[in-house]
Amino acid sequence: MNFNPSSTFLFLLAGVIIVFVICQSLFFLVRAYRRGKALGMDMGKLRRTMVSTAVFTFAPAVSILLGVITLSKFLGLPLPWLRLSVIGAITYELPAATSTANALQISLSSTITDPKVYTAIAWVMTLGIFPGLIWVPLFIRKIQGGLMKIKNKDSKWGDIMMTALFLGMISAFLGMVFSDIRKGLRGWIPIFILLFSALLMGICGLLIKKINVKWLENYALPISMLGAMVFAVFLTPLIGG
Amino acid sequence: MKPNRTYEDNTHLYGRIWILTALVLIFSFPIAACVYYDAWPGWTPVLKGLLGVAPIFWTVGLIEVITFVPMLGTAGSYLAFVTGNLTNLKVPAALTAMENMDVKPGSEEGEVVSTIAVATSSIVTTIIIAIGVALLVPLTPILNSPVLKPAFDNILPALFGGLAVVYVSKNWKISIAPLVFMVVLFLLVPSLSGSVGVLVPVGALIAMGSARILYKKGKL
Repeated sequence: MNFNPSSTFLFLLAGVIIVFVICQSLFFLVRAYRRGKALGMDMGKLRRTMVSTAVFTFAPAVSILLGVITLSKFLGLPLPWLRLSVIGAITYELPAATSTANALQISLSSTITDPKVYTAIAWVMTLGIFPGLIWVPLFIRKIQGGLMKIKNKDSKWGDIMMTALFLGMISAFLGMVFSDIRKGLRGWIPIFILLFSALLMGICGLLIKKINVKWLENYALPISMLGAMVFAVFLTPLIGG
Repeated sequence: MKPNRTYEDNTHLYGRIWILTALVLIFSFPIAACVYYDAWPGWTPVLKGLLGVAPIFWTVGLIEVITFVPMLGTAGSYLAFVTGNLTNLKVPAALTAMENMDVKPGSEEGEVVSTIAVATSSIVTTIIIAIGVALLVPLTPILNSPVLKPAFDNILPALFGGLAVVYVSKNWKISIAPLVFMVVLFLLVPSLSGSVGVLVPVGALIAMGSARILYKKGKL
């Protein structure tokens, strides 16, 4: 049988799984929304937060789409479409495909025509990151129980610890931006973009606090992120990155 | 269902059903492809390929669960670990939504907001990718154009610059130690940028350690 990595069969297979995940998202969305209502939360504010989350999601989602395009050059469309819509990220899938290709001593420069190579890559991608789906049901109660204990003992420290957890994550990504600095001025581009994004966020903050532009509260992050991305488009050719 | 089950208990129950079904479905792709094309790859290439990625992926996977579950809450975690793209999308989306709604992670309201943010973000991402896949031919030259490339190459600094202002400005005392550590570390060992996921808990431990010292001294 001729093998086509973008066959209708593979599209259908990927499509069914992606629809399942949309159903899962809808299930929890509706359930949480109803819960918010039952708790007497400000539903108007909650709806605005939903809209701002959707707006914020746009740019990262397009960047994920770029990952699908990259992988589709050798894997066809269905598998990258599935992997990046469900469970995966380009940072996982590309190394998984490369590692398998190296093991089979083949190149990933053109579309795969051997079904065994294709299924080997699909297996490595699946086996490579499925444990996350087991760790969550296995450990979630233990992790939350531990947090509750800390909060019950000293609630102020519990809050500070949670904040420290976020800051640890943010610090790791902020530090990473400095990793190319040795490449000269073009290594500074990510830092300039980071600072520009921070500046836009600062301006939004001032507008919200000083001039009371309330609607900006929900859009400050997408504005600073998209603004910094536009800045990157102009800055990079200028510096020559 | 027992009447005395709490909302939280039910969230765990539903979460487990959905996540384990997702697990079965995710495995169904390679199995169905192998059966349909009669193309079982054999153990050797899979194990060899896996050897190159599994040690780091499995470790990072566990670290992500420990680090992100407290931020995402119960339903948010069950959902986000199925839909993926955690650090670049779901976690910032949940954190920003909770910040906007002025609710704390781990509270009942925080659970609602985080779940709604993760679900909304997942649905929007899935739709955008599906539209992109459907329109791949006309979209590819636009998305791959050299003009737009710097924008997508720099999506992480563009995202974390804004996030940093929100969190660092409010908690600058706790931020100093992990920030200085990470900047110095990446300056000394730039190649670590490929494994930033492993460094997230390191940053978290340093931040928690310094916060503990400041808290004990009454500086927070």
